[in-house]
Order: sequence, then C-alpha cells, then structure tokens
Amino acid sequence: MTMSTPLFLFARQLRAPLIVLIAVYAIGILGLVLIPARDSSGNAASMSFFHAFYFLSYTATTIGYGELPNAFTDAQRLWVTVVIYMSVLGWAYLIATLISLLHDRALTEAIKAERVRREVRRLHEPFFIVCGFGETGTLIHHAIDHAGYRCVAVDVDPARVVEIDLAHLKATAIGISADVRNPGILIDAGLKKPACQGVLALTNDDHANLAVALAVRLLNPAVPVLARSQSPATTATMQAFGTDHIVNPFATFGAYLSLAMQSPGSYRLLSWLTGLPGTTLDAETCPPRGRWIVCGYGQFGREVVDSLRREVMPICIVDAAPAPDAGWPTAEYVCGPVTDRGTLLSAGIADAVGIVAGTGDDVTNLAIAITARTINPRLYVILRQRLRASQPLTDAYDADIVMVASEIVAHECIAVLRTPLLARYLAVVRSRDDAWADAVVARLEGCLGTVTPELWTVRLTDKEAPAIATWLRTEAAKIRLSELSRDPSDRDATLDCVPLLVARDQADPLAMPDPAFELACDDAVLFAGTLAARNAQAQTLVNINVRDYVLSGREVPGGHVWEWLANRRDRRGLAVHT
Amino acid sequence: MNLEKVVFGFFILLAATLNFGFVYGDPGDPEHHHVYEFFAAIVVNFIATVLKVGESTQIGALHLATSLVAILQLCAAAIVWFWVAYESQDALGVRHTVAIVSLAAGALLANLISVVMLIIETTLQRR
Repeated sequence: MTMSTPLFLFARQLRAPLIVLIAVYAIGILGLVLIPARDSSGNAASMSFFHAFYFLSYTATTIGYGELPNAFTDAQRLWVTVVIYMSVLGWAYLIATLISLLHDRALTEAIKAERVRREVRRLHEPFFIVCGFGETGTLIHHAIDHAGYRCVAVDVDPARVVEIDLAHLKATAIGISADVRNPGILIDAGLKKPACQGVLALTNDDHANLAVALAVRLLNPAVPVLARSQSPATTATMQAFGTDHIVNPFATFGAYLSLAMQSPGSYRLLSWLTGLPGTTLDAETCPPRGRWIVCGYGQFGREVVDSLRREVMPICIVDAAPAPDAGWPTAEYVCGPVTDRGTLLSAGIADAVGIVAGTGDDVTNLAIAITARTINPRLYVILRQRLRASQPLTDAYDADIVMVASEIVAHECIAVLRTPLLARYLAVVRSRDDAWADAVVARLEGCLGTVTPELWTVRLTDKEAPAIATWLRTEAAKIRLSELSRDPSDRDATLDCVPLLVARDQADPLAMPDPAFELACDDAVLFAGTLAARNAQAQTLVNINVRDYVLSGREVPGGHVWEWLANRRDRRGLAVHT
Repeated sequence: MNLEKVVFGFFILLAATLNFGFVYGDPGDPEHHHVYEFFAAIVVNFIATVLKVGESTQIGALHLATSLVAILQLCAAAIVWFWVAYESQDALGVRHTVAIVSLAAGALLANLISVVMLIIETTLQRR
C-alpha cells in the first residue's frame, strides 16, 4: 500500500472534520424527522428521512431552496436555525483543515516524493543517477543530455533541484531533494531499474560519495559507479571495494600539469577531446621550467607540489599555517599571510618563473595573482577557481591556466561516459610524444574546425552495424577503414569524420589507423567528427542498399518490384549486346 | 488502554449491532424493521468508514473494504425504500420489506466480518 501513502496521510487528517460533519447531518436530520410538521392542508404530519436529508443538503451548503415540501412550523424553524449554524461550522472546519493540509510542509513533501517515485517508475529510457547537483553536476547533466540519456538528479539542497527545471535541455531531469547518504533514496532514484546506466557520486562531501559508492556496490553491483574523491584516504577506501572510476580533481590536475610540462601538445589534445560539448581548442600553453611558488598548501597544493617535484623544479611553498612536521617534503617553506607583498618577496618571487594561487578562497587567490604580477609581470600564473560565480573575475584577470575542480571532474566523467574507447585512446595520447599529438591536433583541426568534436564508437557487430557485419561475413571483398567515411549521398565525397582508434579483441588498440586498414567483424572504431557525419555514417552501417552504393558504387534498387525491373533491364541490355 | 482503539472498536461494534437490530425479526413484516434504526445504522456505518480511512496496513485496507461494502448495501436498501415510499403506487408490503431487509442483511455480513477482523487483530497483538 505504499503507492498512495500521501493520500492516506491526507485522509487521516480529515477524519475529525468528516466525523463532525456526519454527526451534524445525523443530528439535524433526526431533529427534523422528530419535530412535528404540518402538511399543505394544515394537518399534523412528520417529515420523512428523505425530505429531511434533501432539505439539509441544500441548506447546509448554503444553497437554500426554501422550506420544502411544505411551509415549516415555528418549532421546525427554531431547529433549522440551530442546524444551519452547526452545519456551517462543520463545513468551515472541513475546509479550514483542507487548506491547512495543502500548506502543510510534510504533506507537500510527501506528495512531491511520491510524484518523483512515479516518474522514475515510468522512466524506461536509459538514464544516469547524478548525486550532488552542484557545479559539476550541472555541467555533467548537460553532457548526459547531449549524449541523449536521461538523468535523475539527487541533491540535499532543494534550491538546486528547482534549478534543474530552468536549464534549457532536451529532456528535463527528474530532481529529488534528499540526502544521498540514505540508501532508500538511491532506490527511489531508480538504482535497481535495468535502464540505469550508471551512478555518479559528485557531491562536495567525500563521505557522502563514499556512502553512495558503497550503497551501489551492495544494492546493484552491475551498475558502474563513478565517484569523486578529494582525499587519498577516501580514494583508497573506494578502490578497496571496487568503485569503477574514482575522480580526484586535484590529483587529475597534478597529472595534467605534469603532462602539460612534458608534452604541451598532448595536454592540448587531451583537454580538447574531453572538453564539454561546444568548447573550442585552446592555444598551446607550456608551463615554464624554473623556480615555482605554490601559495596554499592544502589538498590541491600538495598535488601541485608533487607534480612539480616530479619535473625536478625548485619549489617554494607559501602558507599562512606553519609547516607540517610529518612527511615534510624537502622544499623551501615561507609562513606568512599569502596575499602580502613582503611574504611573496621573501619567497623569492622576483626570480621565479611561475606561481600557483591555490588556496581555498577565490578572492585570496586573485589577490595573490594580482600582487604577484605587479612584482614580476612575466610570471606564469596558475589560478585555482573554486566557485563558478567567480568566473567573470577570473576571465578578467587572464591567468595562464585556471584550475576549476568542478570542470575537471566533469571532463573526467564525460570522457568515461561518452564512449569506453575514448578512455583507451586517451591512454595512448598520454603515452605518445608532443610531435605526435601536434600532428593529430593539426589533422583534426583541419578536418573538423576548433570546436570539440563529437566522438562515437562504431562496433561492427550484427546488432550495431548489421549491413557491414553481413558484408564482412559473406562477401569476398574487404572493407577498408576509409570506406566508412564515405558520404552515402555521394560516395566520392568524404564525411567530416576522422577515425581515431581501432580496437580488435583484447589486443593493443591501433591509434590513428591507416585509411587502408582492412576491417574485420567485431572490430570497434572510435570516430571524431560532426553530428551530421555521424548520422550519415549510421545509414551505411544499417541500410544494405546504402552500404552497397557506398562500397561498390552500384545504385541498388530497394524492394522486389524495383529489383525485378532492374533484372529485366540487365537482361535486355545483355540481349542487345549479344 | 488507548482511547483511539476504544473509539475505533466502539463504532465498528455499534455499526454491526445496529445493523443486526434492524435486520432482526420477520423479514417480510414492515412492523419488525424500524426506519430510525435503519437511519442510525447508516450514520454509524459512515462514521466507522471515515475512522478506517488512512490505515495503510493490509488489514486496515480490508477493514475499509468491508465498510465500503456495508455502506453500498445500506444505500441500496435506502434507495429501494425511497422508491417504494415515493415513486411506486403500492404501499410498503412483504415483497418490498424482504428486499430492503435482505440488502441490509448483506451489510450485516460485511459488518460482522469487520468485527471478526477486529477480534483477530486484537488477539494477534501480544500486549
């Protein structure tokens, strides 16, 4: 009976006024029946139950048709006066209770929760559960929507849930305002539904993310979990019970920083491919080598210092708190107010090449960055931005790299969500050198422009590409990779797409494959390109006639009648020739 | 002792007893079945129904169902009675009384089931 719990709650609250009303009616009717009346000719009579009920029904609801069936005696009128006051009070009590119930917070919450549960129950399209709908959640929501999935969003803050409806998206997310640490909420959000594609735990609270990852592991182990973690301890715990993907924005940024120093081209390609839909290719940036100053030694500062030390650079740490004793890295340490000119000077800012403004406060970070550049205008500045609201200030400042944790998490999630092959491709990008990455960027940019391309995987299976798979199994002629990029409306033209990776079985995938590569059944190809190219290519994969035209140039007629006509024409042609 | 339980049990029992009192007697004799008792049975059945609404347990749902059945039967009896009294030409005879009383007897059965359920529910509670 959980289905209409709010309704029951509602009914229970209405018990008292309803019983009062029934009692008032019963007493009124009984009185009218008992009091002697007179009929039309003046003889003594009594009112029947039916007439009493009829009279009371229109009188109590203040409709008032008058005295029926005959004019009343004064004794009846006296009783009717009493009954009118009683019944009006009874109705007023009922209506007042109804109105107060509609304003009752608990009840409206219950009704809302019930509505959400019903919506989730009706959700049969593939969807993701996003826990934590802050800045990261909103960014990912856009990406999920772009990829054509639905989204169930859970957040503690009801205001954020309201904002979901304001986002202009193809399909609105189902918003639940509740604490994700309660596992029941995850079940309400559809964790056990077969259409659930994955759970993203993205709250700012590590413990809440851990709770979500754990709950999913226990309640529905088949569903992949992607969890955000900001401390190594949480990461270790999550790894221990097999969370599918753990995103630590600070560690990821540290890794990016190292990559940007070693191979700026790879970093550029990586951030372009994992970019949010609609972002453009950045100019290449390369953090200089030399003395670095890191302001703020928190979780973020630690990761940056680690990656800088990996690149063997002299580092000076500036923090308001004194140096921690345990596990202290061998680096210079200046303790003092971080925004102070004197502190920065004593940290040796005059001969430094770069500064990291990495405290937990946006205003402090900007103050550090501005002060630092007034002392040393050539400084390379890495600015940490915590809140999206600070975006206009950060834009105005023009830092070399702006680190936004929510965006990094979003990029990581999107890379994982988009297509599993992308993760393998990115691994290849990380392992190759700068020149290789530059060549790839040049190729993609020349073909597709600077906007982040659409990425998709083509699997040559009977399910996803039946036309191609049949050909590969039955025809002698091979299919070359370049033939998948032919335009179905004009086979001499090429679609705006570039194959990035070919994966066959468990073997090492082939990155930037040769166009002459010969495809086989069950190969998976990762493409980058435009949405139009993707849609056009889908025809070749699915439609046998389109495939035949694209592969052989023959306009094959569809349908039996056209096939018969074509055969006839062929025969006649033969006859003429012989 | 819980006042809510007392009130609940009181109305369920009263609905059954009033219903029984109305049905009791010669089913064909209008003199044995008084309209006031019928009216009281209807009112008390309505109150009992309202009291049962809002129980979200399985047995609560069954309670509500029995009450709804009883009300339906009694309302049917009331309409038959109204028809005989106002719209038909013949006076209240054996034929009509039997119809009214048998409908009310159906309501009595529903009310008795409700009472039995109340007793079972009480014995199942270990306090």
